[in-house]
Amino acid sequence: MEDVLEKEDIEIKTSTIIPNTTPAMVSPPRTVKIKAESLNCYFGNVHAIKNVSLTIPENSVVAIIGPSGCGKSTFLRSINRMHELVPGSRITGSLRLDGTDIYGMDAVTVRKRIGMVFQKPNPFPTMSIFDNVAAGLRMNGMRDKKKISEIVERSLQQAALWNEVKDSLSKSGVSLSGGQQQRLCIARSLAVDPEVLLMDEPASALDPISTAKIEELIHELKQRYTVVIVTHNMQQAARVSDYTAFFYMGELIEYDETKKIFTMPAKKQTEDYITGRFG
Amino acid sequence: MNNNLFFYFRKIKSGVMYGLCVLSVLVALIPLLLIFYHTISLGASALNPDFFTQLPKPVGESGGGLANAITGTLILVGLGSVLGLPVGILAGIFLSEFGNNKFAATVRFMTDVLNGVPSIVTGVVAYTIVVLPMKHFSAYAGGFALGILMIPIVIRTTEEMLKTVPNSYREAALALGIPQWKTTLRIVMPTALGGIVTGIMLAVARAAGETAPLLFTALNNRFWHTTLDQPIASLTVFIYNYGVSPFEDWIEQAWGGALILIFLVLLLSVAVRIATRQRY
Repeated sequence: MEDVLEKEDIEIKTSTIIPNTTPAMVSPPRTVKIKAESLNCYFGNVHAIKNVSLTIPENSVVAIIGPSGCGKSTFLRSINRMHELVPGSRITGSLRLDGTDIYGMDAVTVRKRIGMVFQKPNPFPTMSIFDNVAAGLRMNGMRDKKKISEIVERSLQQAALWNEVKDSLSKSGVSLSGGQQQRLCIARSLAVDPEVLLMDEPASALDPISTAKIEELIHELKQRYTVVIVTHNMQQAARVSDYTAFFYMGELIEYDETKKIFTMPAKKQTEDYITGRFG
Repeated sequence: MNNNLFFYFRKIKSGVMYGLCVLSVLVALIPLLLIFYHTISLGASALNPDFFTQLPKPVGESGGGLANAITGTLILVGLGSVLGLPVGILAGIFLSEFGNNKFAATVRFMTDVLNGVPSIVTGVVAYTIVVLPMKHFSAYAGGFALGILMIPIVIRTTEEMLKTVPNSYREAALALGIPQWKTTLRIVMPTALGGIVTGIMLAVARAAGETAPLLFTALNNRFWHTTLDQPIASLTVFIYNYGVSPFEDWIEQAWGGALILIFLVLLLSVAVRIATRQRY
C-alpha cells in the first residue's frame, strides 16, 4: 500500500501542477469550475448531504471517496441535477457552475454542460454503436450528417474505443463487452461536448484491464474537461485525481490535494479510512 | 444411502412438476386447436371469390358474400383505434412517466374498473351518448364503443411495458441534456415498443371480436355503407345473425365469417409485428 502510494505520488507530481494551498480554503490559482456552498440534500426525511462546501478547479480531476451510503453519489448527482429526479428529494444551499447558480438554470442546459457516466454501462439497447454516440447530438437538433459522423469518430477516439469498433459501428451497442460498453457511454457523454464530466464509480463493474484503460482516459480528459469521479477504490483515487474529498455519513470530512490526503491527512477519520481501519 | 434416497426423491419431484407444466400447456392449447379445427373444417367450404366481393343475398336466394361486413369490421376497428390508441398510449405514458401521485393511482384504479366493465354496458353507454343525440345508429357510434373498450387495455399494457424500461436509460438520456419529452419519445418508447405493440394488438383483437356493443351502436346493414353516419355491417354481428338462423347455407357462411375474422386479426398482428420489428 505504502509502496503504491509513493509511486503514484511521483506520477501526480509530474503530470500536474498542484497548488500549494488548500483549494477549499483559499482561492486556487486555477479557475473555479464548480463551487458548492453549504449544500444539503435530502431524500424525504433522510439528510443525505450535510452542509458541504467545496470548490472544484477547472481542468482537474477530483475524486470523492468514502464508505457506502456516505453521500458520494448523491453529491455527484446534485451537481447535474439528477438528484431532483428522485421523488421526495430536496436541496438547500448553493451550487455554482462558473459562478452561475446551477439550480437557477434550466436543468436541460445544466446537463448539457455537465455530462455523466454511470456505474453500470447503459448504452441505449435499441441503437447501434454509432447511434448511441450520436444520440445526444441528434436529439439536441443536429442534422448535419457529416458533422455528426466527425464528432462520433472523434468521441470514440477520445474514449479509446475507435480502433475496436470502427468496422462494426452499425452493430448493437449492447453487443460490446462490459468494458467497451462503458467506454461507449463515455464517448456518448463526450459527444455533446460537456465542460464537466461526472463519473459515478465508472470502473467498479469492470475487469482490471478495462479499468486501466478508463483511468488512462481520465488522465487524457483532464486536458479539456473537469472530471469529478466517485470511487470505492482508493488506489484508483490516488492514481487518477488531483484532489480528493473524503465523505463520511453525509459530511465532507476532508478535502485536499490527493497527495496530502493519502500521505498526511489532517483528520484521523480520513487516515483510518484510507488505511483500512474502517469503512 | 440416505443421500441417494434424497437424490431420487428430488429427481422425481422435479419430473412431476415439469410434467404438470407441460400438461398445462397442452390443456391451454387444446381449445385453441379445437377452435381452429372447427372454423376451418366448417367455414372453409363457404369461402369463394363471391364471399369476399358480394353483398349478402336476400332470404331464399343462395350464394352472395359478406364483403360489406369484412370492410365494416375493418372500418369499425379503425375508428375504434383512432379513439382508443392515442388516448390509451398517452394515458399509459402519463401513468408510467409522471404517475407518482394520487391522481395517477386513481386513474390506474378506474382503468382497471373500466377494463372489467362488460362490453354490453359499454354499448349501452355509447347508445346513450352517441346514438340518441344523433337519432340513428352509425359507424361512429360503433367505433366510439370499440374505442372505449380498447382504452383500458392499451393504457395498462403501455404503462406496464414502459415501466419495464430500466431507469438507467432515462437517466443516461437526461444526463446528455436530452429534454424529458424526447427521452420518453425517442429512448423509452422504442425500448418498450415490442410490448406496447402487443398491447395494441390485444386491444385490436378484442375490438374486432366484440358483438354486444355493436348491436346498440353500429347495428347492422345488409347493403354497402356509403357514409360513416349510417348503420354499418360487421363480421361479428353478421356471424351472430347468420349463426342463429335456420338456413343451412347461412350457418355455413357464419362459419366462413368466423374464419375470416380470425385470419384478419392474425394477419394484422403479423403485419404490425413486421412493421415495428426492432433491428437488434
